[in-house]
Amino acid sequence: MEQLFNRKYIIQGLFIIIAIILLSKLFYIQIISDKAFVAAESNVLKKKFKYPARGAILDRKMRVIVQNEPVYDLMVIPNEVKPFDTLALANALEISIEDVRKNLRKARLKSNYQATPFSKQISVQSYARLQEIMYRFPGFSTQDRTIRHYPDSVGGQLFGYVKEVDSADIARSEGFYKPGDYKGKSGLEFSYEEILRGEKGVINTVYDAKNIPQGSYADGKYDVNAVSGERLISGIDIQVQKLGEELMKNKVGAIVAIEPSSGEILAFVSSPGYDPNLLVGKRQGNNYMDLIGNPYKPSLVRPIQGKYPPGSSFKPIDALLGLQEGVIDVNMTFNCPGYYMAGNHKVKCEHVDGNISMRRGIARSCNTYFCHVFQKLITKNGMKNQRQTYQDWRDKIAKFGFGQKLDIDLPFEKQGYFYNADHYDKIYGKRWGYTTVISQAIGQGEITATPLQIANAMAIIANRGYYIRPHLIRAMGDKIKKEYVEKNYVGVDAKYFEPVIDGMQDCVNTPWGTAVLSRIPNILMCGKTGTVQNPHGKNHSVFIGFAPRDNPKIAIAVIVENAGYGSTYAAPIASYMVEKYLTGQVSGARASQVEWMKNQNLLPLLIDKSKKLKLTKADSLIIRKTDSLKRLNDSLKLKTATAKRAFSAKLAKKNNVIIKPDENKK
Amino acid sequence: MQQQGNRFFFNVDWIAVLIYIALCVIGFTNIYASIPHPDTATAFDFSSSYGKQLIYVISGLVLGLSILLFDGRLFNVFAPFIYGITLILLLAVLFVGRNVGGNQAWIPIGSFRLQPSEFAKFGTALVLARYVSTFNPKFRDFKSIFIAGIIVAVPLLLIMMQPDTGSALVFLAFMFPLYREGLSGYFLLIFLGMIVLFVADFLVPVSILIIILLTISGLFIYANKRKQKLIITTVFVTLIAIGYLFLVKIAYDKILQPHQRNRIELMLGLKTDNKGAGYNVIQSQIAIGSGQATGRGFLQGTQTKYGYVPAQSTDFIFSTIGEEWGFIGCAVVIGLYVFLLLRLVNLAERQRSTFSRVYGYSVACILFFHVFINIGMTIGIIPVIGIPLPFISYGGSSLWSFTILLFIFLKLDSNRMGFI
Ligand SMILES: [Zn+2]
Repeated sequence: MEQLFNRKYIIQGLFIIIAIILLSKLFYIQIISDKAFVAAESNVLKKKFKYPARGAILDRKMRVIVQNEPVYDLMVIPNEVKPFDTLALANALEISIEDVRKNLRKARLKSNYQATPFSKQISVQSYARLQEIMYRFPGFSTQDRTIRHYPDSVGGQLFGYVKEVDSADIARSEGFYKPGDYKGKSGLEFSYEEILRGEKGVINTVYDAKNIPQGSYADGKYDVNAVSGERLISGIDIQVQKLGEELMKNKVGAIVAIEPSSGEILAFVSSPGYDPNLLVGKRQGNNYMDLIGNPYKPSLVRPIQGKYPPGSSFKPIDALLGLQEGVIDVNMTFNCPGYYMAGNHKVKCEHVDGNISMRRGIARSCNTYFCHVFQKLITKNGMKNQRQTYQDWRDKIAKFGFGQKLDIDLPFEKQGYFYNADHYDKIYGKRWGYTTVISQAIGQGEITATPLQIANAMAIIANRGYYIRPHLIRAMGDKIKKEYVEKNYVGVDAKYFEPVIDGMQDCVNTPWGTAVLSRIPNILMCGKTGTVQNPHGKNHSVFIGFAPRDNPKIAIAVIVENAGYGSTYAAPIASYMVEKYLTGQVSGARASQVEWMKNQNLLPLLIDKSKKLKLTKADSLIIRKTDSLKRLNDSLKLKTATAKRAFSAKLAKKNNVIIKPDENKK
Repeated sequence: MQQQGNRFFFNVDWIAVLIYIALCVIGFTNIYASIPHPDTATAFDFSSSYGKQLIYVISGLVLGLSILLFDGRLFNVFAPFIYGITLILLLAVLFVGRNVGGNQAWIPIGSFRLQPSEFAKFGTALVLARYVSTFNPKFRDFKSIFIAGIIVAVPLLLIMMQPDTGSALVFLAFMFPLYREGLSGYFLLIFLGMIVLFVADFLVPVSILIIILLTISGLFIYANKRKQKLIITTVFVTLIAIGYLFLVKIAYDKILQPHQRNRIELMLGLKTDNKGAGYNVIQSQIAIGSGQATGRGFLQGTQTKYGYVPAQSTDFIFSTIGEEWGFIGCAVVIGLYVFLLLRLVNLAERQRSTFSRVYGYSVACILFFHVFINIGMTIGIIPVIGIPLPFISYGGSSLWSFTILLFIFLKLDSNRMGFI
């Protein structure tokens, strides 16, 4: 039989084994795992963020054009919510009990442990009511923020909008943005996000188990004060901008005005425009969807995304290059019988100009003259070297800013098309020459440019040979790109500009000029009309110009889609803008013309795509028979013309924020 | 025996006394840390819990030392009497007890709250020691096991009726002194088996458990097919085990109260609960874990300071130690306990008298159960069973009863040369 006293070792052994088990678990939770440490910190430490005010934006005359308004969000940390009086909260917020439950569910989905917006931008009354009864809703807190306000209600596409960050933004920022933060999503708000946003502050507060604050953490050692965003000064003249948007009301197109000497953009009109205040606040989402759904595409930033053939506005550049290359001189004349023959292809001129020189050619916008200039430019090295000469010509024109982004301080700029020689090699093989690409002589054909590029080309002429990259925000310390003060020379000597400018002066200021009706009293504006052939409908009305002739203060490009001749709409609009900028007003009889212009509805007819689709299906047999898609489209346009009018009116009414089509068109 | 004082304190194991004092000081320190300290309260406040605990510690020490003044033989003589009083008190508490947290545990005496279940431990230990020393049973027969079982079961059941399952569980500690005195090791194994089957009952479907049991017993019978007696026993044990499985299920659903079921399910990881019963354990583990290796330092524990662990000065006092003193502090405390327990067993073994030995083992094992269950609970390896950590948890009743428990043995030990 065993010795009973040996059982002491079994009992003592048990004590030791149990002690080891306890110590192992302690070793795990205290030393190996840091989960408990993190959980302990989050138990006691609550971060409250102080949102900085976004930087304001001023216009060139130091008027505030973008500012802030205080708003309050009700935040919730779902994990800390205890059963509460749903009705009382619903009443305070003026929402239904269902909404309270729904919002709480939504917040839970986002995060259980972090403060998540429960009800955004609550009214001042709700905020006041809540402050008194907040203690009854553990887990809830109010967060004050500011939202954007645009006092002039213009420049939707210019300013862009600010929106709460989504998960993609958070991921991309590598944790800089937290849920509930806001961020500029387009326009200047996007471009200057890092300057405008300021620095978020944080207050670390220690809370006890009953969620009662126990003072600051580590005596505020880790607290950070919010730093407001920096103020930006823009080159925009808000009065001119406003006039531009009014003039472009019920029209599709763009206006870009630049101060040639600085490259500062004075006006940046994209039409149809919208009130940027629509994309602020609670209705942001709905309004945004309305804008996206609007058939006239107000979401398109036409000054930098619209692609138009530069048309006649290209002609002065042709003339400049002709002079620089020495293929023409000022007095050389060409005969215009009303057309130009490029091989078998006939390029029509609007007039029969007879023998025509450069100055008059520019003023009259004679297609024939410029086709001759182009012919000389491309064939100057002989017929065999046309391909190389074309490429050479193309590169020289590109120096004027075509076919490349101008790197304006706005996102999503397009560069337009301006093809290299190899593009034509692909289409025509080696057998192509100036006659193939003759339409480029008059800014048509394959070349497209943004209104910004066109206005910039005008600034180059105003500057007699250089440009500064156009930009919206005035240089400020080292935070603005230094490219925005550098001169970019285009390789044409200053002396060749004067004769070209003579022609542009005549265009506006002589009886035979195409834009003589837009002459501004006492201001010598130089310009050039354009009528851009539009394969999709009525021609676009274009005007480019600058003023005054000596020491120019403003260069401008105006494009009104589907408006016909440049002299009818684009030129007068430009002249009002120029006069407004230079004198502060549009005076005399022209003031009433401004009102008339504002009331013109030039919105193109809309093609009802759903109807078109149905008809296409039904008429699929006809398509096979006729074998001509074009003819079918024409017939469809006719068939649905009446329906289209009603539809576009309906659409515009729905999006009443955008455009109200005027039934008394013309 | 030259002086009066020396006669009383002669042969007392001062090492055990020093560990006792160390644990009391650790307890007081951590209770001081675990209550809020407004910056304004600079004066020592005797109405606060740390103030009271200081009184308990000092009076406990006086109580302990005065026990050393008794004649050790008295405890043998009065054992049945003390046991009888504790049983009466346990009965009384069922009728006049103050209901605290669903348990009829306290008898208010003035401002002091007497908790008879604490005193029942040494009452039972004394009478058990008396029984073993008088009749010298070897626990090979049913009668002696039955009598010992009754001695333990009566107070256990009375405490269960309060109901205070935690304190009742501690009475299972008496198995170990009985084991030392001859009770078959199978009883411990059966007990272990019952715990394993109990836990398994929740984690594995009953049908699979039965298949496992049958397989094991089948293999066992096959291996011992010549030994008829063993086969019968095996079949018998297997049938009992299967019956036990069903009994546990039924008892679990019918007898345990919802909050007890909840605690068991939480501990077994069958469900999680961050707010209710699981809150204590999660917060306690967070506090302990956040102490990391060296702790946050005295009065620096944020979980402690800001009251994140409920019942922190009483049942969850170990979380304060864990947070403010870290793994090192925990290891020191556990080390002190283990050292004390091993020493008590060694002291018990050197007794000439059976009475002292049985009592000594009882003391060691009761302390062991308390330490294991309490610390195990605070770190989530045992369900939440509200019993105090000896000498450290806040409270006069528990501190004094542990003091009496320990010092009676130290007195008996100091008299080990004489006969009792
Ligand atoms: Zn002509």
